[in-house]
Amino acid sequence: MSIAHAVRGEVTIRHLSKSFVLNGKPLPVLRDLNFKIRPGESLAIVGASGSGKTTLLRVLAGLEEADSGEVLIEGKVIRGVGTERAVIFQEPRLLPWLTVIDNVGFGLETQGLSREEARTRARRYVQLVGLQSFENAYPRQLSGGMAQRVGIARALAVQPEILLLDEPLGALDAMTKISMQQELARIWRDEDVTTVLVTHDLEEAIYLADRILILPKDKGGEPRLIEIDLPRPRDRSTPAFVRHREELLNLFGLH
Amino acid sequence: MSFETLNSPLATSFDLPGRNRRPSTLGPWIAGRLGPLVSRYGLIVGFLVLWQISSKLGWVNPTIFPPLDLIIAALWEGISSGALLDDIAISLQRSGLAFASAVAIGIPLGLFMGQIRAVEQALDPLLQFFRQTSALALYPVFILLLGLGEASKVFVIFWATLFPLLLATIGGVKEVDTKLIEMARTYGAGPVTIFRRIVLPASVPAIFVGLRLSATTALLLLIAAEMIGANKGIGFQVMNAQYNFQVPLMFAAILLLALLGLAANAVLVLLQRKLCRWSQINA
Repeated sequence: MSIAHAVRGEVTIRHLSKSFVLNGKPLPVLRDLNFKIRPGESLAIVGASGSGKTTLLRVLAGLEEADSGEVLIEGKVIRGVGTERAVIFQEPRLLPWLTVIDNVGFGLETQGLSREEARTRARRYVQLVGLQSFENAYPRQLSGGMAQRVGIARALAVQPEILLLDEPLGALDAMTKISMQQELARIWRDEDVTTVLVTHDLEEAIYLADRILILPKDKGGEPRLIEIDLPRPRDRSTPAFVRHREELLNLFGLH
Repeated sequence: MSFETLNSPLATSFDLPGRNRRPSTLGPWIAGRLGPLVSRYGLIVGFLVLWQISSKLGWVNPTIFPPLDLIIAALWEGISSGALLDDIAISLQRSGLAFASAVAIGIPLGLFMGQIRAVEQALDPLLQFFRQTSALALYPVFILLLGLGEASKVFVIFWATLFPLLLATIGGVKEVDTKLIEMARTYGAGPVTIFRRIVLPASVPAIFVGLRLSATTALLLLIAAEMIGANKGIGFQVMNAQYNFQVPLMFAAILLLALLGLAANAVLVLLQRKLCRWSQINA
Protein backbone atom coordinates (compact mmCIF):
# COMPACT_ATOMS: atom_id res chain seq x y z
CA MET A 1 0.00 0.00 0.00
CA SER A 2 2.72 2.46 0.99
CA ILE A 3 4.67 1.72 -2.19
CA ALA A 4 1.55 2.07 -4.32
CA HIS A 5 0.83 5.37 -2.64
CA ALA A 6 4.33 6.63 -3.30
CA VAL A 7 3.88 6.35 -7.07
CA ARG A 8 0.19 7.21 -7.18
CA GLY A 9 -0.26 9.54 -10.10
CA GLU A 10 3.25 9.15 -11.48
CA VAL A 11 3.48 9.38 -15.26
CA THR A 12 6.47 8.41 -17.36
CA ILE A 13 6.74 9.35 -21.02
CA ARG A 14 9.30 7.41 -23.05
CA HIS A 15 10.45 8.13 -26.62
CA LEU A 16 7.04 9.44 -27.55
CA SER A 17 6.58 10.43 -31.20
CA LYS A 18 3.51 11.30 -33.16
CA SER A 19 2.88 12.79 -36.57
CA PHE A 20 -0.23 13.59 -38.55
CA VAL A 21 -0.67 13.31 -42.28
CA LEU A 22 -1.35 16.65 -43.92
CA ASN A 23 -1.96 16.81 -47.70
CA GLY A 24 -0.34 13.39 -48.06
CA LYS A 25 2.83 14.43 -46.23
CA PRO A 26 3.66 13.42 -42.67
CA LEU A 27 3.69 16.37 -40.27
CA PRO A 28 5.64 15.57 -37.11
CA VAL A 29 4.00 16.96 -33.97
CA LEU A 30 5.88 15.24 -31.16
CA ARG A 31 9.43 13.98 -31.61
CA ASP A 32 11.06 11.55 -29.19
CA LEU A 33 9.70 13.11 -26.03
CA ASN A 34 11.02 11.87 -22.67
CA PHE A 35 10.05 13.09 -19.23
CA LYS A 36 8.44 12.18 -15.92
CA ILE A 37 5.49 13.78 -14.22
CA ARG A 38 5.97 13.67 -10.47
CA PRO A 39 3.18 12.25 -8.34
CA GLY A 40 0.91 14.98 -7.05
CA GLU A 41 2.55 17.83 -8.97
CA SER A 42 0.88 20.37 -11.21
CA LEU A 43 2.53 20.40 -14.59
CA ALA A 44 1.69 23.04 -17.16
CA ILE A 45 2.43 22.46 -20.84
CA VAL A 46 2.92 25.57 -22.93
CA GLY A 47 4.01 26.10 -26.50
CA ALA A 48 3.11 27.98 -29.63
CA SER A 49 0.22 26.80 -31.79
CA GLY A 50 1.24 23.63 -33.56
CA SER A 51 3.78 22.69 -30.92
CA GLY A 52 1.78 19.57 -30.12
CA LYS A 53 0.67 20.42 -26.59
CA THR A 54 -2.92 19.36 -27.11
CA THR A 55 -1.79 16.25 -28.97
CA LEU A 56 0.43 15.32 -26.04
CA LEU A 57 -2.50 15.72 -23.64
CA ARG A 58 -4.75 13.62 -25.87
CA VAL A 59 -2.12 10.88 -25.99
CA LEU A 60 -1.91 10.99 -22.18
CA ALA A 61 -5.72 10.77 -22.04
CA GLY A 62 -5.67 7.78 -24.35
CA LEU A 63 -7.78 9.54 -26.97
CA GLU A 64 -4.94 9.46 -29.53
CA GLU A 65 -2.40 6.75 -30.11
CA ALA A 66 1.29 7.56 -30.36
CA ASP A 67 3.21 6.38 -33.43
CA SER A 68 6.02 5.12 -31.24
CA GLY A 69 7.10 5.28 -27.62
CA GLU A 70 4.96 4.74 -24.59
CA VAL A 71 3.22 6.33 -21.64
CA LEU A 72 3.45 4.58 -18.28
CA ILE A 73 1.18 5.34 -15.36
CA GLU A 74 2.48 3.94 -12.09
CA GLY A 75 4.80 1.73 -14.07
CA LYS A 76 2.14 0.28 -16.38
CA VAL A 77 1.91 1.08 -20.09
CA ILE A 78 -1.46 2.66 -20.87
CA ARG A 79 -3.76 1.36 -23.58
CA GLY A 80 -6.50 3.82 -24.48
CA VAL A 81 -8.60 5.64 -21.92
CA GLY A 82 -8.59 4.68 -18.25
CA THR A 83 -10.63 5.53 -15.20
CA GLU A 84 -7.56 6.66 -13.21
CA ARG A 85 -7.46 9.66 -15.56
CA ALA A 86 -10.10 12.34 -16.06
CA VAL A 87 -10.11 14.98 -18.78
CA ILE A 88 -11.41 18.55 -18.65
CA PHE A 89 -11.85 19.93 -22.15
CA GLN A 90 -11.88 23.50 -23.40
CA GLU A 91 -15.66 23.25 -23.86
CA PRO A 92 -17.54 22.01 -20.80
CA ARG A 93 -19.10 19.14 -22.82
CA LEU A 94 -22.11 18.84 -20.52
CA LEU A 95 -25.07 16.66 -21.42
CA PRO A 96 -27.88 19.15 -22.11
CA TRP A 97 -30.60 16.73 -20.96
CA LEU A 98 -29.12 16.24 -17.49
CA THR A 99 -29.29 18.66 -14.57
CA VAL A 100 -26.12 20.01 -12.97
CA ILE A 101 -26.09 17.34 -10.25
CA ASP A 102 -26.59 14.51 -12.76
CA ASN A 103 -23.91 15.91 -15.07
CA VAL A 104 -21.48 15.92 -12.15
CA GLY A 105 -22.55 12.36 -11.30
CA PHE A 106 -22.26 11.17 -14.93
CA GLY A 107 -18.74 9.74 -14.59
CA LEU A 108 -19.70 7.98 -11.36
CA GLU A 109 -22.74 6.43 -13.03
CA THR A 110 -20.77 5.14 -16.01
CA GLN A 111 -18.36 3.63 -13.52
CA GLY A 112 -21.16 1.59 -11.97
CA LEU A 113 -22.86 3.67 -9.27
CA SER A 114 -26.65 3.98 -9.19
CA ARG A 115 -28.22 7.35 -9.96
CA GLU A 116 -28.91 7.95 -6.26
CA GLU A 117 -25.42 6.96 -5.09
CA ALA A 118 -23.91 9.12 -7.82
CA ARG A 119 -26.02 12.09 -6.72
CA THR A 120 -25.00 11.69 -3.11
CA ARG A 121 -21.32 11.73 -4.00
CA ALA A 122 -21.71 14.38 -6.69
CA ARG A 123 -23.29 16.79 -4.19
CA ARG A 124 -19.93 17.32 -2.46
CA TYR A 125 -18.28 18.33 -5.73
CA VAL A 126 -21.15 20.60 -6.73
CA GLN A 127 -20.53 22.40 -3.43
CA LEU A 128 -16.79 22.40 -4.03
CA VAL A 129 -17.29 24.49 -7.18
CA GLY A 130 -19.92 26.64 -5.46
CA LEU A 131 -22.96 25.64 -7.53
CA GLN A 132 -25.15 24.11 -4.81
CA SER A 133 -28.03 26.47 -5.60
CA PHE A 134 -27.92 25.36 -9.27
CA GLU A 135 -28.08 21.61 -8.63
CA ASN A 136 -31.31 21.21 -10.60
CA ALA A 137 -30.54 23.69 -13.38
CA TYR A 138 -30.02 22.52 -16.96
CA PRO A 139 -26.79 23.40 -18.79
CA ARG A 140 -28.45 25.93 -21.09
CA GLN A 141 -29.38 27.97 -18.04
CA LEU A 142 -25.73 28.34 -17.00
CA SER A 143 -23.11 30.94 -17.95
CA GLY A 144 -19.85 29.83 -19.59
CA GLY A 145 -17.91 29.97 -16.34
CA MET A 146 -20.58 28.06 -14.42
CA ALA A 147 -20.74 25.38 -17.11
CA GLN A 148 -16.99 24.92 -16.99
CA ARG A 149 -17.18 24.60 -13.19
CA VAL A 150 -19.68 21.77 -13.68
CA GLY A 151 -17.20 20.09 -16.05
CA ILE A 152 -14.46 20.44 -13.42
CA ALA A 153 -16.70 19.01 -10.70
CA ARG A 154 -17.62 16.06 -12.95
CA ALA A 155 -13.94 15.24 -13.45
CA LEU A 156 -13.06 15.59 -9.75
CA ALA A 157 -16.06 13.50 -8.67
CA VAL A 158 -14.54 10.28 -10.05
CA GLN A 159 -11.50 10.99 -7.86
CA PRO A 160 -8.93 10.49 -10.61
CA GLU A 161 -5.24 10.10 -9.88
CA ILE A 162 -4.41 12.26 -12.88
CA LEU A 163 -6.41 15.24 -14.05
CA LEU A 164 -5.78 16.31 -17.65
CA LEU A 165 -6.89 19.84 -18.59
CA ASP A 166 -6.93 21.03 -22.20
CA GLU A 167 -7.06 24.85 -22.13
CA PRO A 168 -9.96 24.67 -19.69
CA LEU A 169 -10.26 28.44 -19.24
CA GLY A 170 -9.42 29.39 -22.81
CA ALA A 171 -12.98 30.30 -23.77
CA LEU A 172 -13.78 32.41 -20.70
CA ASP A 173 -13.68 36.18 -20.34
CA ALA A 174 -10.73 37.74 -18.52
CA MET A 175 -12.49 38.32 -15.18
CA THR A 176 -14.07 34.88 -14.98
CA LYS A 177 -10.74 33.41 -15.99
CA ILE A 178 -8.86 34.96 -13.06
CA SER A 179 -11.48 33.89 -10.53
CA MET A 180 -11.46 30.36 -11.98
CA GLN A 181 -7.66 30.24 -11.77
CA GLN A 182 -7.93 31.08 -8.07
CA GLU A 183 -10.56 28.40 -7.68
CA LEU A 184 -8.42 25.79 -9.47
CA ALA A 185 -5.44 26.66 -7.24
CA ARG A 186 -7.63 26.16 -4.17
CA ILE A 187 -9.08 22.86 -5.44
CA TRP A 188 -5.64 21.47 -6.33
CA ARG A 189 -4.36 22.30 -2.88
CA ASP A 190 -7.20 20.32 -1.30
CA GLU A 191 -7.51 17.35 -3.68
CA ASP A 192 -4.87 14.65 -3.92
CA VAL A 193 -4.38 14.65 -7.67
CA THR A 194 -1.63 15.01 -10.28
CA THR A 195 -2.60 17.67 -12.79
CA VAL A 196 -1.46 18.28 -16.34
CA LEU A 197 -2.63 21.62 -17.70
CA VAL A 198 -2.29 22.59 -21.35
CA THR A 199 -2.53 26.34 -21.75
CA HIS A 200 -1.44 29.13 -24.06
CA ASP A 201 -1.61 31.62 -21.20
CA LEU A 202 1.88 31.95 -19.68
CA GLU A 203 0.66 33.81 -16.61
CA GLU A 204 -1.88 31.05 -15.95
CA ALA A 205 0.91 28.48 -16.19
CA ILE A 206 3.08 30.38 -13.66
CA TYR A 207 0.10 30.95 -11.37
CA LEU A 208 -0.95 27.30 -11.24
CA ALA A 209 2.00 25.04 -12.01
CA ASP A 210 4.86 23.53 -10.02
CA ARG A 211 6.73 22.97 -13.29
CA ILE A 212 6.23 24.19 -16.82
CA LEU A 213 7.05 22.10 -19.86
CA ILE A 214 7.77 24.23 -22.92
CA LEU A 215 7.36 22.44 -26.21
CA PRO A 216 9.49 23.80 -29.06
CA LYS A 217 7.72 24.95 -32.16
CA ASP A 218 10.44 23.80 -34.51
CA LYS A 219 10.78 20.05 -34.20
CA GLY A 220 14.58 20.12 -34.02
CA GLY A 221 14.46 22.08 -30.76
CA GLU A 222 14.54 20.50 -27.33
CA PRO A 223 11.63 20.77 -24.88
CA ARG A 224 12.47 22.60 -21.66
CA LEU A 225 11.27 22.23 -18.10
CA ILE A 226 11.12 25.18 -15.73
CA GLU A 227 10.57 24.91 -11.97
CA ILE A 228 8.19 27.47 -10.50
CA ASP A 229 9.25 27.59 -6.90
CA LEU A 230 6.90 30.27 -5.62
CA PRO A 231 4.94 30.13 -2.36
CA ARG A 232 1.18 29.62 -2.61
CA PRO A 233 -1.24 31.26 -2.85
CA ARG A 234 0.66 33.06 -5.57
CA ASP A 235 0.63 36.77 -6.21
CA ARG A 236 0.94 37.90 -9.81
CA SER A 237 2.55 41.21 -8.83
CA THR A 238 5.58 39.93 -6.88
CA PRO A 239 9.03 40.47 -8.49
CA ALA A 240 9.64 36.70 -8.56
CA PHE A 241 6.41 36.10 -10.47
CA VAL A 242 7.24 38.86 -12.93
CA ARG A 243 10.75 37.44 -13.40
CA HIS A 244 9.32 34.05 -14.31
CA ARG A 245 7.04 35.66 -16.84
CA GLU A 246 9.93 37.52 -18.43
CA GLU A 247 11.98 34.35 -18.55
CA LEU A 248 9.16 32.57 -20.37
CA LEU A 249 8.56 35.44 -22.76
CA ASN A 250 12.29 35.44 -23.57
CA LEU A 251 12.13 31.74 -24.35
CA PHE A 252 9.40 32.49 -26.87
CA GLY A 253 11.47 35.36 -28.28
CA LEU A 254 8.84 37.87 -27.27
CA HIS A 255 10.92 40.24 -25.24
CA MET B 1 -40.59 36.32 -18.22
CA SER B 2 -37.57 37.78 -20.00
CA PHE B 3 -39.24 39.77 -22.72
CA GLU B 4 -41.69 41.90 -20.81
CA THR B 5 -39.08 43.03 -18.30
CA LEU B 6 -36.93 44.31 -21.13
CA ASN B 7 -39.65 46.55 -22.43
CA SER B 8 -39.71 50.19 -21.44
CA PRO B 9 -41.92 51.03 -18.44
CA LEU B 10 -44.27 52.90 -20.74
CA ALA B 11 -44.78 49.93 -23.04
CA THR B 12 -45.23 47.62 -20.07
CA SER B 13 -47.98 49.66 -18.51
CA PHE B 14 -49.60 50.20 -21.86
CA ASP B 15 -49.60 46.67 -23.24
CA LEU B 16 -49.58 44.29 -20.33
CA PRO B 17 -51.11 45.93 -17.30
CA GLY B 18 -52.83 42.73 -16.18
CA ARG B 19 -49.55 40.87 -15.71
CA ASN B 20 -47.62 43.20 -13.50
CA ARG B 21 -50.09 44.86 -11.16
CA ARG B 22 -53.73 44.81 -10.21
CA PRO B 23 -55.94 46.31 -12.91
CA SER B 24 -57.38 49.68 -12.04
CA THR B 25 -60.09 49.48 -14.69
CA LEU B 26 -61.69 46.63 -16.54
CA GLY B 27 -61.03 48.02 -20.04
CA PRO B 28 -57.22 47.71 -20.19
CA TRP B 29 -57.44 44.44 -18.27
CA ILE B 30 -59.59 42.90 -20.98
CA ALA B 31 -57.38 44.37 -23.68
CA GLY B 32 -54.33 42.94 -21.93
CA ARG B 33 -55.85 39.47 -21.74
CA LEU B 34 -57.39 39.60 -25.20
CA GLY B 35 -54.29 40.95 -26.98
CA PRO B 36 -52.37 37.67 -27.21
CA LEU B 37 -55.55 35.76 -28.09
CA VAL B 38 -56.38 38.15 -30.90
CA SER B 39 -52.89 38.05 -32.39
CA ARG B 40 -52.85 34.25 -32.24
CA TYR B 41 -56.38 33.31 -33.27
CA GLY B 42 -57.71 36.53 -34.84
CA LEU B 43 -57.03 35.47 -38.41
CA ILE B 44 -58.69 32.07 -38.15
CA VAL B 45 -61.75 33.56 -36.44
CA GLY B 46 -61.89 36.24 -39.13
CA PHE B 47 -61.70 33.57 -41.84
CA LEU B 48 -64.57 31.57 -40.30
CA VAL B 49 -66.72 34.68 -39.87
CA LEU B 50 -66.06 35.70 -43.48
CA TRP B 51 -67.02 32.19 -44.65
CA GLN B 52 -70.28 32.30 -42.73
CA ILE B 53 -71.24 35.81 -43.87
CA SER B 54 -70.29 35.38 -47.52
CA SER B 55 -72.23 32.12 -47.73
CA LYS B 56 -75.30 33.53 -45.97
CA LEU B 57 -75.33 36.70 -48.05
CA GLY B 58 -74.74 34.82 -51.28
CA TRP B 59 -71.31 36.36 -52.06
CA VAL B 60 -70.27 32.80 -52.88
CA ASN B 61 -72.44 29.96 -54.12
CA PRO B 62 -73.91 28.48 -50.92
CA THR B 63 -74.49 25.07 -52.54
CA ILE B 64 -70.72 24.70 -52.98
CA PHE B 65 -69.68 26.67 -49.88
CA PRO B 66 -72.49 26.04 -47.41
CA PRO B 67 -72.60 28.23 -44.30
CA LEU B 68 -70.67 26.97 -41.31
CA ASP B 69 -73.73 26.29 -39.20
CA LEU B 70 -74.90 23.73 -41.79
CA ILE B 71 -71.49 22.05 -41.83
CA ILE B 72 -71.33 21.88 -38.04
CA ALA B 73 -74.92 20.61 -37.93
CA ALA B 74 -73.99 17.87 -40.42
CA LEU B 75 -70.95 16.97 -38.35
CA TRP B 76 -72.97 16.90 -35.14
CA GLU B 77 -75.67 14.78 -36.73
CA GLY B 78 -73.14 12.34 -38.11
CA ILE B 79 -71.47 11.96 -34.73
CA SER B 80 -74.57 11.91 -32.53
CA SER B 81 -76.39 9.42 -34.79
CA GLY B 82 -73.28 7.26 -34.78
CA ALA B 83 -73.08 7.21 -38.58
CA LEU B 84 -69.67 8.93 -38.68
CA LEU B 85 -68.31 7.13 -35.62
CA ASP B 86 -67.78 3.92 -37.60
CA ASP B 87 -65.89 5.90 -40.20
CA ILE B 88 -63.73 7.60 -37.59
CA ALA B 89 -62.96 4.25 -35.96
CA ILE B 90 -61.94 2.51 -39.18
CA SER B 91 -59.87 5.50 -40.33
CA LEU B 92 -58.07 5.79 -37.02
CA GLN B 93 -57.43 2.08 -37.11
CA ARG B 94 -55.89 2.28 -40.58
CA SER B 95 -53.66 5.29 -39.92
CA GLY B 96 -52.95 4.18 -36.37
CA LEU B 97 -51.78 0.74 -37.46
CA ALA B 98 -49.66 2.19 -40.25
CA PHE B 99 -48.19 4.88 -38.00
CA ALA B 100 -47.45 2.41 -35.20
CA SER B 101 -45.70 0.07 -37.65
CA ALA B 102 -43.67 2.96 -39.03
CA VAL B 103 -42.65 3.91 -35.47
CA ALA B 104 -41.83 0.31 -34.53
CA ILE B 105 -39.68 -0.18 -37.64
CA GLY B 106 -38.48 3.33 -38.50
CA ILE B 107 -37.04 4.41 -35.14
CA PRO B 108 -35.00 1.27 -34.34
CA LEU B 109 -33.84 0.99 -37.95
CA GLY B 110 -32.91 4.69 -38.01
CA LEU B 111 -31.00 4.42 -34.74
CA PHE B 112 -29.12 1.41 -36.09
CA MET B 113 -28.41 2.94 -39.50
CA GLY B 114 -27.33 6.28 -38.08
CA GLN B 115 -24.77 4.57 -35.85
CA ILE B 116 -23.07 2.48 -38.49
CA ARG B 117 -21.61 4.65 -41.20
CA ALA B 118 -21.07 1.89 -43.72
CA VAL B 119 -24.69 0.73 -43.52
CA GLU B 120 -25.98 4.27 -43.74
CA GLN B 121 -23.82 5.09 -46.76
CA ALA B 122 -24.80 1.90 -48.54
CA LEU B 123 -28.52 2.36 -47.93
CA ASP B 124 -28.76 6.13 -48.36
CA PRO B 125 -29.11 6.24 -52.19
CA LEU B 126 -31.82 3.58 -52.04
CA LEU B 127 -33.65 5.46 -49.32
CA GLN B 128 -33.44 8.74 -51.20
CA PHE B 129 -34.81 6.99 -54.29
CA PHE B 130 -37.73 5.47 -52.38
CA ARG B 131 -38.43 8.75 -50.68
CA GLN B 132 -38.70 10.57 -53.97
CA THR B 133 -41.10 7.95 -55.28
CA SER B 134 -44.57 9.10 -54.35
CA ALA B 135 -46.42 6.63 -52.20
CA LEU B 136 -49.53 7.43 -54.19
CA ALA B 137 -47.82 6.41 -57.43
CA LEU B 138 -46.94 3.12 -55.79
CA TYR B 139 -50.48 2.54 -54.50
CA PRO B 140 -51.54 0.62 -57.66
CA VAL B 141 -48.49 -1.61 -57.18
CA PHE B 142 -49.47 -2.28 -53.58
CA ILE B 143 -53.02 -3.08 -54.70
CA LEU B 144 -51.65 -5.57 -57.24
CA LEU B 145 -49.52 -7.19 -54.58
CA LEU B 146 -51.84 -7.05 -51.57
CA GLY B 147 -55.32 -6.84 -53.08
CA LEU B 148 -57.93 -4.16 -52.68
CA GLY B 149 -58.59 -4.85 -48.98
CA GLU B 150 -57.22 -3.43 -45.74
CA ALA B 151 -53.65 -4.62 -46.30
CA SER B 152 -52.91 -2.37 -49.26
CA LYS B 153 -54.54 0.65 -47.57
CA VAL B 154 -52.53 0.25 -44.39
CA PHE B 155 -49.39 -0.49 -46.36
CA VAL B 156 -49.53 2.62 -48.52
CA ILE B 157 -49.93 4.78 -45.40
CA PHE B 158 -47.13 2.87 -43.68
CA TRP B 159 -44.88 3.38 -46.70
CA ALA B 160 -45.48 7.11 -46.75
CA THR B 161 -45.00 7.55 -42.99
CA LEU B 162 -41.91 5.35 -42.72
CA PHE B 163 -39.52 7.57 -44.65
CA PRO B 164 -39.91 10.89 -42.85
CA LEU B 165 -39.47 9.08 -39.56
CA LEU B 166 -36.55 6.94 -40.70
CA LEU B 167 -34.67 9.84 -42.27
CA ALA B 168 -35.29 12.13 -39.27
CA THR B 169 -34.01 9.44 -36.89
CA ILE B 170 -30.89 8.79 -39.00
CA GLY B 171 -30.29 12.53 -39.16
CA GLY B 172 -30.70 12.84 -35.39
CA VAL B 173 -28.18 10.09 -34.70
CA LYS B 174 -25.67 11.47 -37.21
CA GLU B 175 -25.90 14.94 -35.67
CA VAL B 176 -24.96 13.74 -32.18
CA ASP B 177 -22.00 15.78 -30.93
CA THR B 178 -18.93 13.54 -31.19
CA LYS B 179 -17.31 15.64 -28.46
CA LEU B 180 -19.92 14.37 -26.00
CA ILE B 181 -19.19 10.79 -27.07
CA GLU B 182 -15.48 11.40 -26.55
CA MET B 183 -16.21 12.85 -23.11
CA ALA B 184 -18.22 9.74 -22.17
CA ARG B 185 -15.38 7.51 -23.40
CA THR B 186 -12.94 9.19 -21.02
CA TYR B 187 -15.19 8.09 -18.14
CA GLY B 188 -14.97 4.50 -19.34
CA ALA B 189 -18.35 4.37 -21.12
CA GLY B 190 -18.63 1.46 -23.56
CA PRO B 191 -20.69 1.41 -26.78
CA VAL B 192 -23.91 0.36 -24.99
CA THR B 193 -23.64 3.11 -22.38
CA ILE B 194 -22.77 5.67 -25.05
CA PHE B 195 -25.83 4.65 -27.05
CA ARG B 196 -28.16 4.69 -24.06
CA ARG B 197 -26.86 7.81 -22.32
CA ILE B 198 -25.71 9.99 -25.25
CA VAL B 199 -26.96 8.93 -28.69
CA LEU B 200 -30.53 8.12 -27.70
CA PRO B 201 -31.34 11.24 -25.65
CA ALA B 202 -29.54 13.47 -28.16
CA SER B 203 -31.67 12.07 -31.01
CA VAL B 204 -35.04 12.53 -29.30
CA PRO B 205 -35.74 16.08 -30.60
CA ALA B 206 -35.00 15.01 -34.21
CA ILE B 207 -37.13 11.87 -33.78
CA PHE B 208 -40.05 14.05 -32.66
CA VAL B 209 -39.75 16.16 -35.80
CA GLY B 210 -40.06 12.91 -37.75
CA LEU B 211 -42.98 11.72 -35.63
CA ARG B 212 -44.94 14.91 -36.21
CA LEU B 213 -44.25 14.84 -39.94
CA SER B 214 -45.25 11.18 -40.10
CA ALA B 215 -48.47 11.69 -38.14
CA THR B 216 -49.53 14.43 -40.56
CA THR B 217 -48.60 12.24 -43.53
CA ALA B 218 -50.59 9.33 -42.11
CA LEU B 219 -53.78 11.41 -42.14
CA LEU B 220 -53.07 12.90 -45.58
CA LEU B 221 -52.54 9.48 -47.12
CA LEU B 222 -55.64 8.16 -45.43
CA ILE B 223 -57.85 10.11 -47.82
CA ALA B 224 -56.09 8.82 -50.89
CA ALA B 225 -56.14 5.26 -49.57
CA GLU B 226 -59.85 5.43 -48.81
CA MET B 227 -60.77 6.90 -52.18
CA ILE B 228 -60.11 3.59 -53.89
CA GLY B 229 -62.03 0.45 -53.02
CA ALA B 230 -63.29 1.57 -49.62
CA ASN B 231 -66.84 1.65 -48.32
CA LYS B 232 -66.06 3.15 -44.94
CA GLY B 233 -63.75 5.73 -43.45
CA ILE B 234 -63.55 9.51 -43.32
CA GLY B 235 -61.83 9.66 -46.69
CA PHE B 236 -64.59 7.53 -48.18
CA GLN B 237 -67.17 9.89 -46.66
CA VAL B 238 -65.56 12.90 -48.31
CA MET B 239 -65.79 11.21 -51.72
CA ASN B 240 -69.20 9.66 -51.11
CA ALA B 241 -70.76 12.90 -49.91
CA GLN B 242 -69.40 14.64 -52.97
CA TYR B 243 -70.89 12.02 -55.32
CA ASN B 244 -74.25 12.37 -53.61
CA PHE B 245 -73.97 16.14 -53.51
CA GLN B 246 -74.23 16.24 -49.70
CA VAL B 247 -71.89 19.20 -49.62
CA PRO B 248 -72.26 20.05 -45.90
CA LEU B 249 -71.43 16.43 -45.02
CA MET B 250 -68.41 16.56 -47.33
CA PHE B 251 -67.10 19.65 -45.53
CA ALA B 252 -67.93 18.05 -42.20
CA ALA B 253 -65.68 15.09 -43.04
CA ILE B 254 -62.92 17.42 -44.21
CA LEU B 255 -63.22 19.40 -40.98
CA LEU B 256 -63.07 16.18 -39.00
CA LEU B 257 -59.79 15.23 -40.69
CA ALA B 258 -58.29 18.61 -39.93
CA LEU B 259 -59.33 18.28 -36.28
CA LEU B 260 -57.81 14.80 -36.07
CA GLY B 261 -54.56 16.16 -37.50
CA LEU B 262 -54.52 18.99 -34.98
CA ALA B 263 -55.21 16.57 -32.14
CA ALA B 264 -52.43 14.19 -33.20
CA ASN B 265 -49.99 17.07 -33.43
CA ALA B 266 -51.05 18.43 -30.03
CA VAL B 267 -50.52 15.04 -28.39
CA LEU B 268 -47.03 14.76 -29.90
CA VAL B 269 -46.10 18.32 -28.91
CA LEU B 270 -47.23 17.59 -25.35
CA LEU B 271 -45.20 14.39 -25.26
CA GLN B 272 -42.17 16.20 -26.66
CA ARG B 273 -42.46 18.92 -23.99
CA LYS B 274 -42.51 16.23 -21.33
CA LEU B 275 -39.57 14.29 -22.75
CA CYS B 276 -37.40 17.22 -23.83
CA ARG B 277 -37.83 19.68 -21.01
CA TRP B 278 -34.10 20.36 -21.22
CA SER B 279 -34.26 21.74 -24.74
CA GLN B 280 -36.72 24.53 -23.96
CA ILE B 281 -35.33 27.94 -23.29
CA ASN B 282 -37.56 28.70 -20.32
CA ALA B 283 -37.82 25.20 -18.91
